[in-house]
Amino acid sequence: MSLPDDRVSLKHGAGGRAMRALVERVCLPGLGGGLPAGAIGLDAMDDGAAIPVGDRWLVVTTDSHVVHPIFFPGGDIGRLAVSGTVNDLAVMGATDAAVLTCAIIVEEGFPRADLERVYASIRTACVDAGATVVTGDTKVMGRGEIDGLVLTTAGVAFCDRPVPDAGLAPGDVLLVTGTIGEHGMAIMAARHALGLEGDLRSDVAPVNGVVRAALSAGGHGVVAMKDPTRGGVSSALHEMAQKSRVGILIEESALPIRPEVRGAADLVGIDPLVMACEGRAVIGVRPDCADAVLAAVRGHALGRDAARIGRCIERHTGTVILDTGLGRRILAEPDGEPLPRIC
Amino acid sequence: MSTPDAQAAYRELKFRDPARARAMADAINRVLGDIGRPRVTLMHVCGSHEQAIAKYGLRAILPPSLEVIMGPGCPVCVTDTREVDEGVALARQGVHIATYGDMLRVPGTVMSLADAQAEGAKIHVVYSADQAVDLARRLGEPVVFFATGFETTAVATAAIVLKGLPPNFSILSAHKYILPAMEAVAAMPGLAVEGFVAAGHAATITGWNAFVPFVERHRLPVAVAGFEPLDILAALVRLLELVRDRRPEVANVYPRCVTKDGNLRAQAALWEVFEPRTGRWRGIADIPGGNLVLREPYAAVDAKRRFAIDASALSDAPRSALAEACICGRIMSGLASPADCPLFGGACTPDRPVGACMVSTEGTCRIWHQYGGRPDLEGVE
Repeated sequence: MSLPDDRVSLKHGAGGRAMRALVERVCLPGLGGGLPAGAIGLDAMDDGAAIPVGDRWLVVTTDSHVVHPIFFPGGDIGRLAVSGTVNDLAVMGATDAAVLTCAIIVEEGFPRADLERVYASIRTACVDAGATVVTGDTKVMGRGEIDGLVLTTAGVAFCDRPVPDAGLAPGDVLLVTGTIGEHGMAIMAARHALGLEGDLRSDVAPVNGVVRAALSAGGHGVVAMKDPTRGGVSSALHEMAQKSRVGILIEESALPIRPEVRGAADLVGIDPLVMACEGRAVIGVRPDCADAVLAAVRGHALGRDAARIGRCIERHTGTVILDTGLGRRILAEPDGEPLPRIC
Repeated sequence: MSTPDAQAAYRELKFRDPARARAMADAINRVLGDIGRPRVTLMHVCGSHEQAIAKYGLRAILPPSLEVIMGPGCPVCVTDTREVDEGVALARQGVHIATYGDMLRVPGTVMSLADAQAEGAKIHVVYSADQAVDLARRLGEPVVFFATGFETTAVATAAIVLKGLPPNFSILSAHKYILPAMEAVAAMPGLAVEGFVAAGHAATITGWNAFVPFVERHRLPVAVAGFEPLDILAALVRLLELVRDRRPEVANVYPRCVTKDGNLRAQAALWEVFEPRTGRWRGIADIPGGNLVLREPYAAVDAKRRFAIDASALSDAPRSALAEACICGRIMSGLASPADCPLFGGACTPDRPVGACMVSTEGTCRIWHQYGGRPDLEGVE
């Protein structure tokens, strides 16, 4: 049942249209002013903010992490928190040594061994990303007052040139740095105990290395990037199309999807395009450097399955069109949490 | 440009082969050229067909002179408000209601089962008739299975009845039979449909032979089709050929599953337990023989006879202005498309459905909302 408008519902946190409307109406007004000209601030609703400092840019981002289950195939909340923050910085163009904060709220009674496991995972992910946690905060709340564990991380890093999610122009090529939908499918299979066969594992990983490879190969030809988390690649493409005022045409047959993800997604009736990725980036590049960027990304360990998935067109601005190989249709913007088909 | 794995997986789905699809689209164009009229309209009667057409973007490769529309092919959508009211009334009497998930948010006159659930009624979503029986065995309290669907699920309901039911179990049947609805739609004045695509899964039960009397009565061809994109395109080619050649026949374009006589055991079970009766299909008409009701020997498991259901307080309530404006009935009769509805996508969304067609994943409006029905994709090259 849908809740009345005066209540916040789960769809407001699902990364789709409903969430954007809530943020625009409730969270943005009166905040975010006072930045120097050219800065990418709150109103851009990008993956992070970018503020000019001298001849460089300071990129800042923050994320809260709650996930069920806390430990899932392929990762856990600790790896997710570090990767999520590092990835937001990376797709803004800041791929070097990030400095992180880490605040944790723990529910009374939470197993200490599990907490140690989460922190071990935070350490490993920091090593993978070349990041470091420099400050933190710890709170414990009563049993039932929160659910298990909430992690909040912020990250800062410098870059020479921020890459917005709004920089696409007609003719630009869209790449994805690896197979899609794995995090969302792994979590869904674990959460709903779908009992699916096959190795469904989250892709959770820091993408700053693979994004760095793209930036060094493409330089200024890399014009837009996005972290396809909630709402998956579909949500990322919709945001990029709307903010850049272009249409996007995606070739379904070019989407890199592991067979087990495709099979599971078919079974539950959810498009892999709307399932979250936590170790991928969607990258928009000028057509003349698309091949070089793709080759560079594929040369990186996390980018071997990278693919050219589509291109930008002049007409149908703000719309994502899917070429199914059999025909074409509009790709609907995800709205609300995807749920397994019930009949 | 994708991984070898992904491409291989894609190619293996041979009923989704793009090259064959293009060949069939060419064939459609050719036959339409032979027919030589500005517009030919074909109707399918199954939400799963609409799903496949929309999901694979098939309308984008169909020529504008071919209109493929969905008829009354969503059993949840054609469940009348009074039937929903009866389910709601029973639920509010404190009886456990087990039903398919799609039924939950279908609006009754004043409320849906989901609304009743929010008020505290005991509503359970089940995935099969067997699960409803298991639920009754587990609970030990009166459970009513609010059963919906065409032949496919009606056979499953018949099977649990014949197997024997626990004493606390009864059935509120909203099951429908599709053939009489096709008859009613074919006889509707103002309808331009020249051929029907019949649902392959239902035909595995009835056999393609079941459509022969329909074809003879209405002089309209029927093609039985499966649910992969090429199944549907092949059925459209065959139907257009039959239209062109003025040959009203049944074509079985799903021979890998459908036989002439169908599943005789399933048919025997269906007609042993149910009899066809005239009933209201939401927004469409009273359909002679369109509703499946439990036969006399099974009166003991018929919730309508077992409980005194008083839904009048619900059914006599005035309908909302929005509900009055809903054109689901005209859409399911093939007389309008979601694009003609002033509520579509605005006042009526999957979150807040006004009509049943926006609720069910088999409903035309819901499918068009998700995939964009006949999108204008001009200029995309």
